[in-house]
Amino acid sequence: MDYIILAISCILINNILLAQYLGNCPFMGTSKKMETAVGMAFAVVFVLVMAGVITWIVNTYVLAKFGLDYLRTIAFILVIASLVQFVEMFLKKSIPALYAGLGIFLPLITTNCAVMGVCLINVNEEYTFVQALVSSFSYAVGFGLALILFAGVRERVLLARVPKPLQDTSIALVIAGILSLTFFAFKGMV
Amino acid sequence: MAKSLAQEFAKGLWEEIPPFRLVLGLCPVLAVTKTVENGIGMGLATTFVLVCSNMLVSMLRKIIPSKVRIACFIIIIATFVTVVELLMQAFAYPLFLKLGIFIPLIVVNCIVLGRSEAFASKNGVVRSIADGLGMGIGFTISLGCLGAVRELFGNGTLTFWETPIQIFGPSFQPFAFMVEAPGAFVCLGLMLCLMNLAGSK
Repeated sequence: MDYIILAISCILINNILLAQYLGNCPFMGTSKKMETAVGMAFAVVFVLVMAGVITWIVNTYVLAKFGLDYLRTIAFILVIASLVQFVEMFLKKSIPALYAGLGIFLPLITTNCAVMGVCLINVNEEYTFVQALVSSFSYAVGFGLALILFAGVRERVLLARVPKPLQDTSIALVIAGILSLTFFAFKGMV
Repeated sequence: MAKSLAQEFAKGLWEEIPPFRLVLGLCPVLAVTKTVENGIGMGLATTFVLVCSNMLVSMLRKIIPSKVRIACFIIIIATFVTVVELLMQAFAYPLFLKLGIFIPLIVVNCIVLGRSEAFASKNGVVRSIADGLGMGIGFTISLGCLGAVRELFGNGTLTFWETPIQIFGPSFQPFAFMVEAPGAFVCLGLMLCLMNLAGSK
């Protein structure tokens, strides 16, 4: 039951994009078309779950054990960067169809602060292994949900007549604000 | 290469001011600008990392093999972020607590990596430092402005050195929307719109 509450709060209430403000660069960058948004969402789910699990293990069994907490930033970014590289090579060899689908989004994930952010949140909240797994997956799903919803709205806005100074990123940010306001409604749920 | 040093520095202040002209590094911009103080603190921390990493990347640019350059840049940046983290824990602990997770997250701030890749890996040391400094100061100004607007309307105060100064009178009703997440997005969007307006004339 606790895990379900954790999952819901990670997906809806503390949505990584709209309430925690993490991962906003790909949120703005890849949301112009539905296809790219879906590709990015799946790539993030894939990498974030693996990164969350691996950084948890690294932190618990290496960094905390030997008192190397101050190396956390470097260790985590190394894990994420090499993980992304590894996943890319693995997919290219064994599942070319999926690799073609995710394409350019995989390398971009290295600098997606949502991934690094969730890994840090898992550590700061002192989650157990299963909790870390659930939260990584749920945050990733929340990321995908918000990104796909946002892409849907942005495709419609392309057809609307937006005042010139507000065009493109500017109106996108205002839309994101309104979307974020709707996610606020979930706050009383848990 | 017609640009002088001063121009390299100044382009970060208006022409390519992050995060408005270069839409990069949005996460800290949105998250830490609840007050002016947080915004400026974050800006200065990022400036430090930007200048140092630009300097080191540019010094090592002929040694780093181009295939693994991104990994090398990230290690360099992560090192300086750790330095900032430890310095802030020692000398600015209250600010460190407020900025929290966003200090380690400077590592994945796209501005820092973006400048290393786009500028420092192709230019000399002095130019790279000027570029880093300009971008950093531009970033700090943006964060400061956004923080000021949000804090002013959200709380009716402006905070400097831990002391909130009341700007509006007691009859002011705080507009709490501005200090919450949606306000950050809307406010940044509207500021971008104003900049577009000012730039188009």
